[in-house]
Amino acid sequence: MTTAPALGTPGMPGGPAVTDPTVTVTVDGHEVEVPVGATILEAAEKAGRRIPTLCHHPDLPDVGVCRICVVEVAGQRALQASCAYPITTPIEIRTYSRRVRQARQTIVDLMLAEHCGSCQTCGRNGNCELQDLAEEYGSDHFRFGHRTEPTRLFDTLGPSIRRDMNKCVHCLRCIRTCSELQGVGALGVIGRGDSTTMSPYLTLPISDVVCINCGQCINRCPTGALQEVDDTDDVWHAIEDPTKHVVIQTAPAPRAAMGEEFGLPPGTPVTWRLNSALHDIGFDKVFDTNFSADLTIIEEGTELLLRLYENLVLGDSSRPVPQFTSCSPGWVKFLEHHYPQLLPNMSSCKSPQQMFGALIKTWYAEREGIDPADVVSVSLMPCTAKKFESGRPEMTDSGHRDVDVALTTRELARMIREYGIHLPDLPERDFDDPFGTATGSGVIFGATGGVMEAALRTVVELVTGRKVEEIFDHADITPVRGFEETRYAEITLPDELGPVPAILDGKVPDWDWLKGATLKLAVVHGTANARKVLDDIVAGGRFSECHFIEFMACPGGCLGGGGQPIPTSVEIRKARAQAIYGEDAFYGETGRVRKSHENPAVLRLYEEFLTDGPCGHRSHHLLHTEYTPRGTYIATNGRGVGDGSNR
Amino acid sequence: MSVRTPMTLATIEAEQGLRAALALAPEEVVATIKESGMKGRGGAGFPTGVKWGLAAEAPAPDGVRYVVCNADEGEPGTFKDRVLLSELPDLVFEGMTIGGYAIGSAHGICYLRGEYVYLLEDLEACLARRREAGLLGRDVLGSGFDFDIEIHLGSGAYVCGEETALIESLEGRRGEPRNRPPFPVVSGFHGAPTVVNNVETFAWAAAILARGADWFAHIGTDRSTGPKLLSVSGDVERPGVYEFPLGVSIREVVEAAGGGEAKAAIVGGAAGTCVPARDFDRAISYEDVSTGGAVIVVGPWRDLLEVAENLQWFFVNESCGQCTPCRVGNIKLLEGIRRLRAGELSRRELDDLVGLGHTMQIASKCGLGQAAPNVLLSIIEHYRAEVLGHIPVGAR
Repeated sequence: MTTAPALGTPGMPGGPAVTDPTVTVTVDGHEVEVPVGATILEAAEKAGRRIPTLCHHPDLPDVGVCRICVVEVAGQRALQASCAYPITTPIEIRTYSRRVRQARQTIVDLMLAEHCGSCQTCGRNGNCELQDLAEEYGSDHFRFGHRTEPTRLFDTLGPSIRRDMNKCVHCLRCIRTCSELQGVGALGVIGRGDSTTMSPYLTLPISDVVCINCGQCINRCPTGALQEVDDTDDVWHAIEDPTKHVVIQTAPAPRAAMGEEFGLPPGTPVTWRLNSALHDIGFDKVFDTNFSADLTIIEEGTELLLRLYENLVLGDSSRPVPQFTSCSPGWVKFLEHHYPQLLPNMSSCKSPQQMFGALIKTWYAEREGIDPADVVSVSLMPCTAKKFESGRPEMTDSGHRDVDVALTTRELARMIREYGIHLPDLPERDFDDPFGTATGSGVIFGATGGVMEAALRTVVELVTGRKVEEIFDHADITPVRGFEETRYAEITLPDELGPVPAILDGKVPDWDWLKGATLKLAVVHGTANARKVLDDIVAGGRFSECHFIEFMACPGGCLGGGGQPIPTSVEIRKARAQAIYGEDAFYGETGRVRKSHENPAVLRLYEEFLTDGPCGHRSHHLLHTEYTPRGTYIATNGRGVGDGSNR
Repeated sequence: MSVRTPMTLATIEAEQGLRAALALAPEEVVATIKESGMKGRGGAGFPTGVKWGLAAEAPAPDGVRYVVCNADEGEPGTFKDRVLLSELPDLVFEGMTIGGYAIGSAHGICYLRGEYVYLLEDLEACLARRREAGLLGRDVLGSGFDFDIEIHLGSGAYVCGEETALIESLEGRRGEPRNRPPFPVVSGFHGAPTVVNNVETFAWAAAILARGADWFAHIGTDRSTGPKLLSVSGDVERPGVYEFPLGVSIREVVEAAGGGEAKAAIVGGAAGTCVPARDFDRAISYEDVSTGGAVIVVGPWRDLLEVAENLQWFFVNESCGQCTPCRVGNIKLLEGIRRLRAGELSRRELDDLVGLGHTMQIASKCGLGQAAPNVLLSIIEHYRAEVLGHIPVGAR
């Protein structure tokens, strides 16, 4: 809660100017002024000196453990880790000396001695920070030996994440990502000294613990120790099988990031060029996940209105508010583990990936006259948790596995490269029918706040009967956009509301109960932030008064997903967001549809197939799901508990 | 464990130091400790009075500061703190109370080595007696000063003797050293200014308040004042705890314990240094050969590389594993020693090991990794011919 600062407060109008205290330090003979508390690394950067780092990551608190960034500080016997040294006094720094050079070389040699695995067979070959350091420090032989046989755990049991501890360099980025950035705590340090390893509780496989499969640890692993489960072979086999009809849906977030895999700057959209690449590779049809994102909005928006009516008007406490969004499978599993008591708040809508999957093997197969058993449904997702989601036992409502393979951005990039295509050179191509036409509202699902904005565009029109553009310029609902950890917004509905539209006929009698009402909304990204909001809800705080909250497991939303190109940083994620909002604006500029409920393909679906409307019987069967209260108690599934030694 | 020389600390009258301290202003207590010249008895040798002064002056939100007694005595060959905790616990707790008064702290924590759990009952009883006698708790000796002590048991990690790892452990986390700065005197236990001192340091602090800074400052050398308890072990006839003024020669200590024809002494324990017999005139002091109290005497029949292998194995096991130089460096040093002893190491590889040791000394995150190669490097330095003799002729 914030209170208005009094007049005369420093930094406020009318108050004295705030000057953060600074300190002047010397970096290799050059004086630079930095804020008190800045690190040596930051001071060196300001002085134009690059210091090598490994355990440092811009998204994470520093721990100073790899020691590659050591520098000389005058008057100190030992070298200091520049990433973890806060400057409070005017010190003299030398970023390079004989001692520094020898120490860094030795440290690289030690990491190479510990690292077991060959570059040629590693998924991170060519994008590995250890490789870069070895090159930079001229390592020409294994000075302290080299392990050639794996001695540590290689956990391949996870649905999304493979952990090869033989390649681990102990930078602790995965631990800090899991515990501090994401607030999940599935990984910790076990063992001591040479036996130290990163591991889930009791050395259980990652599949058996509270891991939410978000893959943020992969995005921040400097080596190949953490990688996604690679499903590209399954897709190649399907493409090569002439009896299979292979379709792929592509989500907006990978399209805003795929260019990075081909040397384009972050934020370069490649949506339509990617369509060409996918056809070249051999996919029979390329669909836009935005179609089912629009569908999600109709279903979830309807569910929200019905839930509000049932809870607030009819007093049905089994339909609690706020309603939580359910598109992020990492977020869903997080709630199942840590706050199972709040599962009734979760929207019952499947994610766009799974809605699409269910429709492809029913409506689409029927329309095209294809046996759904011969359809192989692939998705391109920014997300490792989508692999887990597609394998959830309940995701078979079409009578088959609804989505056969969920590929990450990185995996599909490998397939495209393997095929010999340079993506940036390809011509543009539209999506295929019958799902071709999508809307800008679907696109912005890829950014934090996007689901909320898309839902609002639709909900506002459904209840007011007016164009959302009359209420928000260009239909941009900017209060819910941004990168703040948690955004809170209120939208007051007019006193005059429209009639209940035909699409909701018979589900709500009228909108009288919403006249002049204030909708309280929140947008949260990153599960560590989600935890804060959920704790507030449990404690009856201000978020418990919200009506609708968008949660995304990953920082930045889907565009920062665990399957996206490596590296990641706030700047990179912001650039991807630009690409996504740019694509949304493009729909507006070119006169295309930007609101989900105006998507003609979606409307046709309701006319032809889901004939009892949103949240109707058939939609409930195919497009809605239920959740599993998991709790944090860990079942060992009869595999036994590790002995802690990992040897 | 035998106490082989009279202990000055045993002659300090109970409560005398505490009463003297409470009669002074806190800053005068800090000044007294500064005047005594006492440096930390745990081995690092930071001036105790300076440490207390820094903690007293550090801004403390809510006015909370902590006094922590580092009783995680885990250095191989060190056992003098165990004697103090067994025989003079009152003096140790009195020193902590004085420290609390000096820095403005109401909270003392004694971090007791896990293996010393058998002392716990007696120590708790001692604390209870002191509370009963008004020496702890609210309004200590009617002075208006509140102070109490709780005991926290370690779980067997050597590294928790490192003060920031100790604090991590106290806070309920894995005992791993923190980056410094910030130092504990500024941001320690739960971010509050925290003084961490060795058991013996607190005992001498009580003695200094009882007898005066001058008394202490006149014992020892100019830069290493006061008496010091030494744990003497190894190839000697009379192992035990000895008290000597700092500045004492290694020879005098070794001879007092019946070390006879010793070949060398490991001064400072596993993290110390190997001093050959020809250098036994060197002084045990902060300016010459520093020690937290361990003197391990090596008999003439011993293979020094076997000693080095044993101690390196210790560090391989006790490294917390977070920083690269210590985690990987120690196992590489151990492998190197083993290959050297087996006659498989080349001269070039030996040079690489020495270079590795030097990097560990300056690039490791904490004192454990920085000290881990010391014994090996000193053996290679002082016994060069003997070491090179292990290298096959063709590889020299």
